[in-house]
Amino acid sequence: MSGHSTYQPQNKFLQWFEKRLPIGGLIYSSFVAYPTPRNLNYWWTFGGILAFMLGVQIITGIVLAMHYTPNADMAFSSVETIMRDVNYGWLLRYVHATGASMFFLAVYIHMFRGMYYGSYKEPREVLWILGVILYLLMMATGFMGYVLVWGQMSFWAATVITNLFSAIPGVGDAIVTWLWGGYAVGNPTLNRFFSLHYLLPFLIAGVVVLHVWALHVVGQNNPTGIEPKSDKDTVPFTPYATIKDGFLMAVYCILFAWLVFYVPNFLLAADNYIPANPAVTPSEIVPEWYYLPFYAILRSIPNKLLGVCALFGSIGILAFLPWLDTSPVRSARYRPIYRQFFWLFVVVCIGLGYLGSKPPEGVYVILSRLFTAYYFAYFLIVLPLLGIFEKTKPLPSSISESVLGAKA
Amino acid sequence: MKTQAIILGAVLAAVIAAPAVAEDQVSPPRLTWSFAGPFGKYDEAQLQRGFKIYREVCSNCHSLNLLSIRNLGDIGGPGFSEAQVAQIASEYKIKDLDDSGQPTERAGRPADHFPAPFPNEAAAKAANGGTAPPDMSTLAKARTYARGFPWWVIDVFTQYQEQGPDYIAAILKGYKDPPPAGANVPQGGHYNEYFPGHNIAMPPPLSDGQVKYDDGSSENLEQYSKDISAFLEWAAEPHLMARKRIGFQVIIFLIVLSGLLYFTKKKVWSSVH
Repeated sequence: MSGHSTYQPQNKFLQWFEKRLPIGGLIYSSFVAYPTPRNLNYWWTFGGILAFMLGVQIITGIVLAMHYTPNADMAFSSVETIMRDVNYGWLLRYVHATGASMFFLAVYIHMFRGMYYGSYKEPREVLWILGVILYLLMMATGFMGYVLVWGQMSFWAATVITNLFSAIPGVGDAIVTWLWGGYAVGNPTLNRFFSLHYLLPFLIAGVVVLHVWALHVVGQNNPTGIEPKSDKDTVPFTPYATIKDGFLMAVYCILFAWLVFYVPNFLLAADNYIPANPAVTPSEIVPEWYYLPFYAILRSIPNKLLGVCALFGSIGILAFLPWLDTSPVRSARYRPIYRQFFWLFVVVCIGLGYLGSKPPEGVYVILSRLFTAYYFAYFLIVLPLLGIFEKTKPLPSSISESVLGAKA
Repeated sequence: MKTQAIILGAVLAAVIAAPAVAEDQVSPPRLTWSFAGPFGKYDEAQLQRGFKIYREVCSNCHSLNLLSIRNLGDIGGPGFSEAQVAQIASEYKIKDLDDSGQPTERAGRPADHFPAPFPNEAAAKAANGGTAPPDMSTLAKARTYARGFPWWVIDVFTQYQEQGPDYIAAILKGYKDPPPAGANVPQGGHYNEYFPGHNIAMPPPLSDGQVKYDDGSSENLEQYSKDISAFLEWAAEPHLMARKRIGFQVIIFLIVLSGLLYFTKKKVWSSVH
């Protein structure tokens, strides 16, 4: 890594400290001098936004946990007590609940950006796989957090999702009983979900450190997909990237604040304001919006075991993306055919999300199957073959040339 | 490219047209609420009237477990004075234990929760033909209706969040006796235009002139249904006014901050471009 400058503290104490633990130098080289491609667009600011959202969720979550009671008889009313009687408890809870959606929105933009610009390709495979692990951890954390409210939708979502494991031949039922800590979703389930919901964010924070580390070893990809060749192609992280990230973070917070303060229940299911009742099944059990595409994939397959395999496969397949995409060219800017398939893939993912919110009947089922087929074909057929047949456009010789060329 | 665009268009059209399939719920009419929109505020007189309806009618069957009597005097609520709250509280009978540990009944205090009409769910079921009347604390947020595409997207921008009160007001006015021809209403049920499936267990709870108002408001079902719905919205969302007030300040702050950051960003990057 070639920095633009190095860390030399003036202060005597900091010099003394730096000789014993060079943490100042680490921070300086990682977040100040770190060379970042000069042509990064705003789609690259979502990594910073994600770090911010993780911080928001951990801080609000820790305070909420001080007031929450993880007991099946008291959980629902303890959440309501937070909303009513804890000072600014309504704010904490709405920020945390809406924050989950904002976190997932940012991660989806971040992932699609990586796919569009080929950020997963050599030498960034490990960086990408760490990202897939982060995404999986986020999904588990979000799901368990949703259950903690212990409303009707919490309870029935927990029942449906844990029941997926009963599809495993032979040991399925035993595994589900083990997950529940009983013969139905109940107090032991709530207790362990609370414990894990508190644990997983710190695992996420740990993997984020690895993710950033891996990023700083291989360097950032950029919209051209070609590596920086000289110091002219890069700018120091601070002030250039920090101010750009900061600006978009503030804009993102406007959307966040709009949802929290004006339409806080827009993303929450009305049924979840009814306390959990094992004796009454809601007319429709629908997961949070960020799981809907996978829910649609699950339900599009008539066989339960195959449906569960498709569900996990649709996420697991992401880890193999660096090897499924055989094209040597990274950025979709220079891949005219890939670009069309990519945008169709985005539309299919959004379409699957819509279908996941609809009852599995009639035209919805047919569309779900078509979209699921495309989802897998995109990874297993389109990407491997495109690398062989696609005629890519000529790449610019350097990043600075592409920037100056675009301006001219 | 062209064929793809056509396929894409066809798929999108199918997805958008699909929800036109009628669902078994009639959308309630959209009413005007004082607490709607970015500067929405509760109307104190309306909440007080709504509370009167709750106390005289609803509370015979519906609990309000999550609220304390003191909440009636909270800022951003019905605006009862401290003395009024104490007076209202003293009119309730609260089950408690006396100094020797024996069950007793005493006058209520502002710190008490609203007493429930039935000792437990089984008793509530038994007294109401097998269906326990739901607790009313979160009812205005627990009831809604499907808005359908594209309305649910537009609602984010227009801040339409009053589906619950609209639905509750519609239910109160939606009884049809006798039911329309062809409607199948089982024994013990009541036909209601806005209830999903049209068969509701609750008999029509309110009728014209049933509750006396002392502020001169009209004493009819139209007014009652609005007042009780507004009261239930407050019961479900007691900090709505603080939320909207702070929200406006936060959003103004963020817009100014974004503007400053934007121009700083432009200045910083001007040397590179």
